[in-house]
Amino acid sequence: MTLTDPAAPAALEGTTDPNGVEDLGAARPLRIDVWRRFRKNRLAMVGLFFIVFLVLVAIFAPAIAPYSITERTSGSARQPPSMDHFFGTDNIGRDVFSRVVYGARVSLKIGILATIISLTIGLLLGATSGFFGGTIGTLIMRLTDVFLAIPYIVLAVAIATVLGRSENSIILIIGVIGWTSIARIVRSSFLSLKRLEYVEAATALGFSRSRVMFKHILPNALQPIIIYGTIAIGSVILTEAALSFVGVGPVDPTPAWGKMVAEAKSSLTNAPHMLFFPAGAIFLTVLSFVFVGDGLRDALDPKLK
Amino acid sequence: MTSYIIRRLLQIIPTVFVALSFLFFIFFLLPGDPARLIAGGAERNVDPGVLERVEERYGFNEPIGEQFTNYWQRTIQWDLGESFLTNESVNEILGRKAVASVRLAIWAIIIEIIVGISVGLLSAIRRYSIGDRITTILTAAASAIPVFVLGFVLQYLFAVQPNKLDFPEWARLRTSGIGPDTWTFFFIPTGEQWRYLILPAITLASVTTALLARMTRGSMLEVLRADYMRTARSKGLGEREVVLKHGLRNAMLPVVTLIGIDFGTAIGAAVLTEFTFNWPGIGSQIVTSVDQRDLPVLLGLTLAVVLAYALVNVIVDVSYAWFDPRIRLGKGEQS
Repeated sequence: MTLTDPAAPAALEGTTDPNGVEDLGAARPLRIDVWRRFRKNRLAMVGLFFIVFLVLVAIFAPAIAPYSITERTSGSARQPPSMDHFFGTDNIGRDVFSRVVYGARVSLKIGILATIISLTIGLLLGATSGFFGGTIGTLIMRLTDVFLAIPYIVLAVAIATVLGRSENSIILIIGVIGWTSIARIVRSSFLSLKRLEYVEAATALGFSRSRVMFKHILPNALQPIIIYGTIAIGSVILTEAALSFVGVGPVDPTPAWGKMVAEAKSSLTNAPHMLFFPAGAIFLTVLSFVFVGDGLRDALDPKLK
Repeated sequence: MTSYIIRRLLQIIPTVFVALSFLFFIFFLLPGDPARLIAGGAERNVDPGVLERVEERYGFNEPIGEQFTNYWQRTIQWDLGESFLTNESVNEILGRKAVASVRLAIWAIIIEIIVGISVGLLSAIRRYSIGDRITTILTAAASAIPVFVLGFVLQYLFAVQPNKLDFPEWARLRTSGIGPDTWTFFFIPTGEQWRYLILPAITLASVTTALLARMTRGSMLEVLRADYMRTARSKGLGEREVVLKHGLRNAMLPVVTLIGIDFGTAIGAAVLTEFTFNWPGIGSQIVTSVDQRDLPVLLGLTLAVVLAYALVNVIVDVSYAWFDPRIRLGKGEQS
């Protein structure tokens, strides 16, 4: 990806030859190039299709699920998969298939919203630290050290116990804990980009700091952020599953996949289907985001191949 | 070198201080009242007199600032207090649990290093072979499967099924607890012990092994193209020596960084693994202590984990110099 300054005012471009600029390199917009390379990556395409499928399942969950998430079929706890219950029933006779379908909503919602929170915090702190440097920069980096020093699961369990176990507080917790890596990535991009000449030019033109930071530097630092963000959605879903598993995830009857796995713990011998279906859902979802993230990285930066 | 190490060790202090203080205040905000829990249970009506005596004994009635100061005064002298629930000293609990955790961790690390590096090395040398492709998919899969799911799947395949299908006794593994707890040379299991050890060790190793294999492969591919590799070959060295001595050692540098960074991931994995297999280590104790609001145990064990994590990072930084003599520590270090 070449460095461009998308925020450069049009008046400046006008000083060069108006025809020559267009013909030199930019025959195709970058995103078409990226899409072409991405499409060639088979694993990434499979991942993308699965994510689209999952989003559709989440949207149309009420139409797909034959039962509600709380409906109990009396006298049929831990039934193996059958035509009535595609994925069998759980400890108290609820339909596992319906709960896995509705679980897509929970996982996607938590994955996407928590990632947005982490990205926002990480972006602001990382950009500030990288752009201004000095005492503020060092302080912010020390703060990331502190956050990294506490094992995330301990921190998450601790905060979850305080904030309660609603879906929203889980989103907040994972979002607030996960910002450290993205802050480091953004900081190092900003550190190297701010020394480049086009940034110097923008500063010399008298643009405000925030304009230079967010309109001139940020677009060129976006690439690693996009890649990281994609993979992060997957790891947020993993974290949510882990929290649900140790017992601080969303409360019943929210059909979180991690909680369904935890519920299977006691029934491993006579009802293994309770483990395999939600576990498979977590696995395929996270794997898809990893594949798409890898594919994006290769497509955005062909040098890496 | 020495001054660098000392400076790095001193840097640990503020980090640990802020981290633990943060946890201390978080746990003060916990909805469950520890005094009530000790006096007879969170859900029951407790005699107010008893409650008062408990509060006095553990200092809950003092202002929070004072409790905080007291906590740090005691912690600096490594007096970690006693468990609210069992009155056992936290140091004793820590000693007992740390031994179990370290034993499990040693085996996970052995698996990680042997499998991770050799798989990464082989798939770099035979790039694009079938083995390499399988490795790529397997490592991606291992990073997408939750630790506890892998733990359960392994339990199902190697412990539940063999029992169901009446496998011979030697083929049945155990899934829960530490077992007879018999060891020689601290970490080598004796007797039946290996049946209890092997599944949690594999589970704990899985995530980091996949990362290590991936990283070794990438790093090795880079190194294999380097000029000094060609030089080594043209000197007439055998391929084995070229790859292992000149290649692998140089490829290890970024890998060592990764081991440092991933120690945090490994701690998370350890908590989940121990909890999944009821392994009586620090990790499962932390989860239990949060649940029971056992503040001294929780803060004591977390302090130990945070210190260990910080020390590992210092060791990793220092070991760079060993892997790459070009790196001179402590000079011209960037902020």
